[in-house]
Amino acid sequence: MQQLNLLLTSLPDGLLLGFVYGLAAMGLTLIWGVMNVINLSHGPIITLGMFSTFFIYTRLGLNPYIGVLPIALVGLLLGILIYTAAVHRVINGPHLSSLLATFSVNMIIIGLGTAALTTSPYNVDFSAGSFKLGNATILGTRIIAAIVTLAFTGGLYLFLYRTRPGKFIRAVANNRAAAELMGVPSTRILALSFGIGTMLAAVAGGLIATFFPFSILSGSGYELKSFVIGVLGGLGNPIGALFGGLILGILEGIIPAFIESSWVPVIEFVLFIFILLVRPSGLFGAKK
Amino acid sequence: MNAWKKHLGIVLPLLTVTALALWPVVTDNPANRESVFTILKAVALASSLNILLGYTGYVSFGHIVFYGFGGYVGIYLLTEKGWSLGEALLAGGVASGLLALLLGSAILRLRGAYFALATIGVNEAMRAFINNFELFGGPTGITLKFSVYKEYGGAAQALQTAFYIGAGLALLALILSYMVRSSKFGLGLLAIRENEDAAEVMGVVTPRAKTWAYVLSAIIPGMVGVLFFFKNGNVEPHDAFPLHSSIELLVMVMLGGQGTVFGPILGAFAYQGMRGYLVTSPVFKDIQLSVSGVLLLVIVLFIPAGAIGWLRHRIPPLRRLLA
Repeated sequence: MQQLNLLLTSLPDGLLLGFVYGLAAMGLTLIWGVMNVINLSHGPIITLGMFSTFFIYTRLGLNPYIGVLPIALVGLLLGILIYTAAVHRVINGPHLSSLLATFSVNMIIIGLGTAALTTSPYNVDFSAGSFKLGNATILGTRIIAAIVTLAFTGGLYLFLYRTRPGKFIRAVANNRAAAELMGVPSTRILALSFGIGTMLAAVAGGLIATFFPFSILSGSGYELKSFVIGVLGGLGNPIGALFGGLILGILEGIIPAFIESSWVPVIEFVLFIFILLVRPSGLFGAKK
Repeated sequence: MNAWKKHLGIVLPLLTVTALALWPVVTDNPANRESVFTILKAVALASSLNILLGYTGYVSFGHIVFYGFGGYVGIYLLTEKGWSLGEALLAGGVASGLLALLLGSAILRLRGAYFALATIGVNEAMRAFINNFELFGGPTGITLKFSVYKEYGGAAQALQTAFYIGAGLALLALILSYMVRSSKFGLGLLAIRENEDAAEVMGVVTPRAKTWAYVLSAIIPGMVGVLFFFKNGNVEPHDAFPLHSSIELLVMVMLGGQGTVFGPILGAFAYQGMRGYLVTSPVFKDIQLSVSGVLLLVIVLFIPAGAIGWLRHRIPPLRRLLA
C-alpha cells in the first residue's frame, strides 16, 4: 500500500519530466536522422539553455517563459554556426571525425563556461504554483513545460510536413544525393537541421532550469538521457523521441517505488544496450 | 640483416618509451617520475585502444570501462583477499579481458555510430552498477590500508615500484600493438577496417577477429587500472569510469595517427605535455579545456590521419621507420 502511494505520487512527476526529456532528445535524434551525426555538443547546449533562463529570470527579472522564444532563436543560430564551423567538413567522413568534431565543440563551450560561470550550482527560484491530485502534488512549472514541449512538437511536425524547407529536410534525410539532384540546396538544409536540433536542446534546457539546480556540467547527464531516449524511440525519429521521453519519465517515476533510486541509471543503460542490440530502429521504428 | 630491417618499425617506439622511462631514473627527481608515469599510463591505454580503433576501425567511446573494471577487481582482491600486487595485476587484466569477451560477442555486431553509442552505454551502466554494488564499497569505493604498502618497502618505495611496473606495461602494450599489426591476424583486422563485408568474403572470420581485437585491447587497460588505483590508494566509481578520459584516449590516438604503432605513443606524449603546459600556464589556465577543444577541432578537420599518418603520406621513405 505504501508502495502504491509512493507510485501515485512519483508517477505524474516522472511523466511530466518525460515530456521535457523527450524535447531534448528530439533535437539529438533529428540531427542523427538528417545527417547521421551524433551530436556530442548536445549536453553543453542544454546547459546554455539553462543559463539563459537563469539570466533572463534573475538578471532581467522577466518571466522565464518569455525567454523561450529568444532562447530558441539563439539556439537556432548557434546550431547553424556549429554546423558551418565544425561539422560541415566532416559530414561525409568516418563517424569518428564527426563525433570528435562535435566533442571539440563540447570542450570549447564547457571550457569557456567554466571560466565565466565556475562549476558551482545555480538555481532558478521560480514557482508557478502547484495543485493536489490525490496524494501527488503537481508543480505548475512542470505543467507549463509539458505544454511548451507539446507546442514545439506540434510546430516541428507542421514544419516538417507542411512547409517547403521542412519537406526539403525530410528529402535530405531520406536520400541526400537524390535531393541534391532535385535541386534541394543540401548544405543550407543540413545547417538548418542542425540549427533546429540545437534549438530544441536549448529550449529543453531552458525549461529544465525551472525544475532543478544546475551547473555548467549538468548537461552531460541530460545528453546521456537523450541517447537512451533517442534509441528507445528510434534514432532519427523526432516524434518517437517524445514517446521515448515519456517512457523514460515513467520509468523514473515507477522504479523508485520498488528499489532504491540509485538503481535507475543501471536499468536505463541496460535497457539502452538491450534495445540497441535487439531493435536498433527503436520501439516504434519499422523493422529493417 | 633482412629480419632486422623488417622489424624496423618497432625500434622508434621502443626507444621512445625506454628513454621516457629512464628519464626520471637518471634525473632522480620524484616530480619528473610522476609526470612521466602519467604519460606512460596514457601510452599504455592509447596503444591498447588503437588495436580496436586504429586497426579494426571500431570507435569505442567507453574504453575506460576496462580500466575501471580491472582496477576494481584487482584492488578488491588486493585489500579483501590479501593477494599480492603481481597477482592482482594479472587478475585485473584477466577480468577486463573476460568482460571484453562477453561484451564483444554482443555489441560488436553493431556498426559505426551504433557501436560507439553502445560502448557509452556499457560504461555508464557499469559505473551506475558499481555505485550500487556493496561488495565493491558502493559509492565510497575501496580504500587501501596503508599497511599494504609495507610489503613493498613503504609508500615511497611502492611508488617507485609502481613506476617500473607502469613502464613495463607501456612497453608490453606497444609490443602487443606491434605484434598484432605485423601478424596475419592484424592484416585481417585492417581488412575489416577497410571493408567488413569484403573482408568476410575474403575469408576473414570477422566476428571472431573483432572479438579478439576487443579482448586484446582490454587486457592492458585492466592492468593499468589496478596499478593506478594501487598507487592512488583508493578507487571510487567517479574516478574509475570517467567518460571524458575515454574521449581523451581517442584524441591521443587521433592526434598521433590511428592505425600506426608509433602514433598513439606520440599522441599520448603530445596530449599530456600540452595539457600539463595549459593547466599551469597563467594565460590559458582558466580556458585550457577550450584551447584543447580548438586544437582537437583543427586536427579533426584538417589532419584527420594524425601526425604519423600525415608524415607517412608526405614522406614515403619514412614509412618503414614509422610503422
